[in-house]
Amino acid sequence: MAARPGLESDPLVNTSIALCTRSLYYRYEDTPALNGIDLQVADNAYLAIVGQNGSGKTTLVKHFNGLLKPDTGQVTVYGQDTTRASVGELARVVGYVFQNPDHQIFCSTTRDEISFGPRNLGLDPGEVRERTNDALAAFNLQAYAEIPPAVLGFGLRRKVSIAAVYAMRPRVFILDEPTAGLDRRSAGELLQRMEELHRQGHTLLLVSHDMRIVAEHAREMLVMHDGHVLAHGPTREVLRQTEVLERAQIRPPQIMELGRRLAEWGLPDDALTVDEFCEAYARARKARP
Amino acid sequence: MSVLSVEHISYAYPPLLPEGQPFPVLQDVDLSLDRGEFLALMGPTGGGKSTLCMTLNGLVPQNTGGVFGGRVMVLGHDTRRTPVAELATHVAMVYQDPESQLFNTTVEDEVAFGPENLGVDAHEIVERVEWALRLVQMSEHRLRSPAQLSGGQKQRVAIAASLAMLPQVLILDEPTSGLDPVGQFEVFSVIGELCRARQTTILMVSHDAERIAEFADRVAVLWQGHIARVDSPLAVFEDTELLEQAGLEAPQVTEVAAGLNRRYGTHFHFTRLDRAAWQLAQDLKATRS
Repeated sequence: MAARPGLESDPLVNTSIALCTRSLYYRYEDTPALNGIDLQVADNAYLAIVGQNGSGKTTLVKHFNGLLKPDTGQVTVYGQDTTRASVGELARVVGYVFQNPDHQIFCSTTRDEISFGPRNLGLDPGEVRERTNDALAAFNLQAYAEIPPAVLGFGLRRKVSIAAVYAMRPRVFILDEPTAGLDRRSAGELLQRMEELHRQGHTLLLVSHDMRIVAEHAREMLVMHDGHVLAHGPTREVLRQTEVLERAQIRPPQIMELGRRLAEWGLPDDALTVDEFCEAYARARKARP
Repeated sequence: MSVLSVEHISYAYPPLLPEGQPFPVLQDVDLSLDRGEFLALMGPTGGGKSTLCMTLNGLVPQNTGGVFGGRVMVLGHDTRRTPVAELATHVAMVYQDPESQLFNTTVEDEVAFGPENLGVDAHEIVERVEWALRLVQMSEHRLRSPAQLSGGQKQRVAIAASLAMLPQVLILDEPTSGLDPVGQFEVFSVIGELCRARQTTILMVSHDAERIAEFADRVAVLWQGHIARVDSPLAVFEDTELLEQAGLEAPQVTEVAAGLNRRYGTHFHFTRLDRAAWQLAQDLKATRS
């Protein structure tokens, strides 16, 4: 089995599991944040993590890049225990895009900002340049390469923060509310880029409140509530569990509610996209009573 | 009667550098709101929405400088010639980030702060605080510290604090971004209730098409510094060309209507879930009988 990029090759590494937690507990001083999380995320998964503010989503994902270490329990990344790996080692494997781009932007030009990660990986200058140019192109940022990212608008700063992680080519991407504050076009471009990364074999974790985006893109879904996992499974199946969604105070996409109200006519309550709903509607229209 | 009228305003921020050019943001913006009207303002990031909001309480251009043309009238006051402090008694502003405007140690003090500064007498302050907290459903939290509240609760306290000044006009600049779906719904419901119960005139910046369709009377689209369209939610959300151009989203049910009309030659028009369910059920009944 080939060694995963950035990880010491370990014959015991089970590479079909990207991320794993066992009885993970974590508290902020006297506030419990994670109350026993058991979770496996397969290599090349596209997982959405949803839940109310304060449910533990961000606390959970910060365990995967080693920013947080468990109080008790274990977290492994491609089989490696995060307490035994440095944040630097983990950063080669797990790229984390912060919710607020300003938490990670600090260089004086967009080009420097994006080349910072690859340079820190100790890559040779030619490789750093190539990856930086590639990331600038992938996110349509060439025009802003020599401008300080701090003066760019929010949507552009968001793109810069993602491109900077992209240039490190981590196997796992964690994106915390990546489309918040983006207009629809910018959000669409970003989601397309994420689909490409998934096709190329990367593992994606998407933290989002936008159930429409979750339904249309994520292949599986994890619902968190009060530091517990309420449900984890294929997106369609989880979105069908109305009691779970209610408990976590999540509203499913409008077309699911619409399908539910039209159930007596044979409309599905689990269409994930508008196209899927329209096709089901056409069938329902032709059906004989 | 028009409570707020924006008459052909143009605005450019002063240059960042002494030798620089003024930075144009608004061009010939024209808009008028009646008493008790709820207008949603949509537009892409960087389109001038926040700047337009700040022209309504005089901050632009009184505090920002720059080049200003045209006129904004609020309840008969020209916002360029009326001191910002005086305008604040008529026009209240709620920002995207409630933290930026909460600083007292209890919820109650927070809400009392505005009227105290206006020199309102003590009895009346008590009444206003009670009324405002009841309206945003935060009465039971009156003695808590704002710092302990959830995002939705903080935003509701910020709204109550604005309401306690009894403004006739309330401007909200993306008050729901960063809130989870429950918090978003809480904020929209409170605003809708205000409009009905107190005839407060509302201008709210939001990207949340589904909630806008449910609560707002009209939608204005600010694109590239001018109002590209101001119309009913239905008319705006059916204008796919405009939405595409401005990078905006329609409610998912409106996309269903468009999808069905395009493919099957139907004539559905709806922006709200209940209307959608009703129209589709009527159609299924008719085609199947």
